[in-house]
Amino acid sequence: MKRKQLKFAVGSAVIVVALSYLAYSGFQESKTFYQTVPELYALKDRAYGMKLQVSGDVVAGSKTRDANDVYFTIGQEPQTLHVKYVGKAPLPDTLIDHATAMATGKLGRDGVFVADSISAKCASKYEKESAAGVPIAKKE
Amino acid sequence: MFAAQLGQFALALAWVVTAYSIVASILGIRFKNDKLIASGRNAALGTFVCITTAIVCLGYLFAVSDFSIKYIAAHSNRDLPVYFKISSIWGGQEGSLLFWGWLLTGYTALVVMQNWRKHSAMMPYVTGVLMTTSLFFTSMHLFAVNPFNQTVILQAQASPIPFVPVDGSGLNPLLQDVYMVIHPPMLYLGFVGFAVPFAFAMAALMTKQLGDTWIRTTRRWTMVAWMFLSVGILLGGKWAYHELGWGGFWAWDPVENASLMPWLIGTAFLHSVMVQEKKGMLKVWNIVLVIMTYIMSIFGTFLTRSGVVNSVHAFAQSSIGGYFAAFLVIALSGSLYLLFDRLPYLKSENQMESIVSRESSFMFNNLILLAACFAVFWGTMFPVISEAVQGVKITVSAPFFNKVNVPIAIFLMFLTGVGPLLAWRKASTNSLKRNFLLPAVMALATGVVLYIRGVHHLYAWLALVMSTFVAITIVREFYKGARARALGTGENFVEAVVNLTLRNTRRYGGYVVHFAFVMMFVGWSGQAFTTDGSAELGLGDTLKIREYTLRMDKLGVEDTPNYSADKATVSLFEDGKKVANLFPERRLYKAGAEQQPTSEVAIYSTVRNDVYVVFAGATADSRKAIIQVFYNPLTMWVWAGGVVLVIGTLIALLPNRKTPPRKRQEAETAPERIREQKEIAAKVS
Repeated sequence: MKRKQLKFAVGSAVIVVALSYLAYSGFQESKTFYQTVPELYALKDRAYGMKLQVSGDVVAGSKTRDANDVYFTIGQEPQTLHVKYVGKAPLPDTLIDHATAMATGKLGRDGVFVADSISAKCASKYEKESAAGVPIAKKE
Repeated sequence: MFAAQLGQFALALAWVVTAYSIVASILGIRFKNDKLIASGRNAALGTFVCITTAIVCLGYLFAVSDFSIKYIAAHSNRDLPVYFKISSIWGGQEGSLLFWGWLLTGYTALVVMQNWRKHSAMMPYVTGVLMTTSLFFTSMHLFAVNPFNQTVILQAQASPIPFVPVDGSGLNPLLQDVYMVIHPPMLYLGFVGFAVPFAFAMAALMTKQLGDTWIRTTRRWTMVAWMFLSVGILLGGKWAYHELGWGGFWAWDPVENASLMPWLIGTAFLHSVMVQEKKGMLKVWNIVLVIMTYIMSIFGTFLTRSGVVNSVHAFAQSSIGGYFAAFLVIALSGSLYLLFDRLPYLKSENQMESIVSRESSFMFNNLILLAACFAVFWGTMFPVISEAVQGVKITVSAPFFNKVNVPIAIFLMFLTGVGPLLAWRKASTNSLKRNFLLPAVMALATGVVLYIRGVHHLYAWLALVMSTFVAITIVREFYKGARARALGTGENFVEAVVNLTLRNTRRYGGYVVHFAFVMMFVGWSGQAFTTDGSAELGLGDTLKIREYTLRMDKLGVEDTPNYSADKATVSLFEDGKKVANLFPERRLYKAGAEQQPTSEVAIYSTVRNDVYVVFAGATADSRKAIIQVFYNPLTMWVWAGGVVLVIGTLIALLPNRKTPPRKRQEAETAPERIREQKEIAAKVS
């Protein structure tokens, strides 16, 4: 009986160790520091080089696109961040003016944030309501 | 207006009746008073009537577009099609919680009617536990997220004034999709369904009736809830695929993870419960799994409703986080205390004997399903945990989840093939050879062919080889069983397959479910070979992707009361031959102030691959459309697998058909005898 229990213990341990290793390496590969725009600027030099997810509201009218990339600005004046989106996936439909965008990527030395993925949450995604608690009536 | 008052009144009454049901059940049990117990039961049924009334009122308010009610004004508009008006019931926080509560009372009513006579001693406890959960939801409906609140204008330093907007601000465009009409009900039926096994487990602990009864009832209910949850998750994936326009169906978003966690533990329970039935082992473990499945269902709701984690799908932040947190703490500590107190009644009757046995394969199955759940939990909660511990929010994304869960899934597929064919206690080397040599050789041969044909992605290759292995073991099980039966009974082969299945629905239904996962694995492995492209297409311009060519034929506009749209007509050619017209759209919904554009993707789907076309926008001069296209191999297999999963689960839920007594003798012994003879022959050779 003892030997059999040992076999189970060894089998389970191998699985657990293997999975822990995978979890650890997966974690190292994909860990991303989540920051708001002011927090990003507070990091100063440390902000360069590490993988970041920056969230901020899309500045109205800032979205432009050229042949390959899409550009927009997030944050609140005076602390705004220019984002250059270089990813392949289509931009989410929810990325509209004033929506909260989360850009994942790295901050370039030129101050432009190069993002390979963008997600955006409509300012009031499921609960369409103005700040006063009044549903927005249709403009007639 | 009357409907709102009636709904409001029904909610208040539901609260009183629910509370009464709990008190009556407890007092009835305490004083052994049958009348009180029966009254508690009737009150439980009454709760269902009350909440049903409330739901009908809410549906009616949507149907007549009564915008004096805030929830209606915020989630509907006059021009919304009527089926979306009805589905708006679960389109927002308040309504979806009411819907949830309604399903719970519905399940309760069903459970009470079905089991009252069969398990008379246990049922008052079951009722009590379910009604306690109900009380939690009814309290929330009444005091925190009441769907019948009036639309008001808030004023500084004065009481709010009632207000009726001219039109509602509309249902979120992303929810205006047929899959969003059915995905939430399925998901909720799954989540809520796990309350029933939990209630039975608690009742079994309280009454100390920890024998087979509760296990049998619980197992069936778990299967029902599990099926709905599986379907709910898959439909959620299908919705994301259709509606979000990024070409995939699973992104490890917290909302998705929240539904996956109870599913993983529920799946573990469905397997390990067999060990308890057959061998009287893992009794404590099984109760822990039932508790955790339920807790994870509630936790998942808490996660997505309270704004604890950032998610693109999450509901707006609201006050209900506290309610959920309190309920979670009470439910978890209460149930674990009860379990701890009853440990002496849960002694194991057997021990593991060999590492190569059915028991052991179930044990490893449980171990890695829980590991998967654990990984998903940590990945989802990491931002919260790291912020609490280190003060920085660290998020992890798809690579983390995939790195852990893909190998787990492949190992699970291996167990899916091996486990059901291993003998209980200890499998002999001979039986291993007999059962696995052929499938293993055929799977490896398939592997060689796949490699030669260009499948060099390790995990995809492994997944496909494992799938082949499992598919062969399953087909062979049906074949062997049916052939033996056909020989014994003189039925033809098809009859034999049907009768074989109907006489042991759990076993063969289970195989069908396993086969469903083989299909889904094939679909998932296709994800390793997706490609995509994009181009600005004017009239007549083309875009090539693999063997397909897209040609822009027409750029038009469409206008409906609900939305306006840019609509492209794209011809799809496969190796130069036209196969389809596709109509990707970019819609602008009219209701509300935000005017958020949404893409309606067009998908050409075959058994081999999907061509997924997104109208991403127009160029600045509006003369060209920005078209993105994804080539997704094998995606259809995922959805087809979902259909097979439902069929398999339904088979497993059927009661075993008994052979009529007259025929029983020959029918029962003949195939068995033949099998035995064959086994002997195999041993001799």
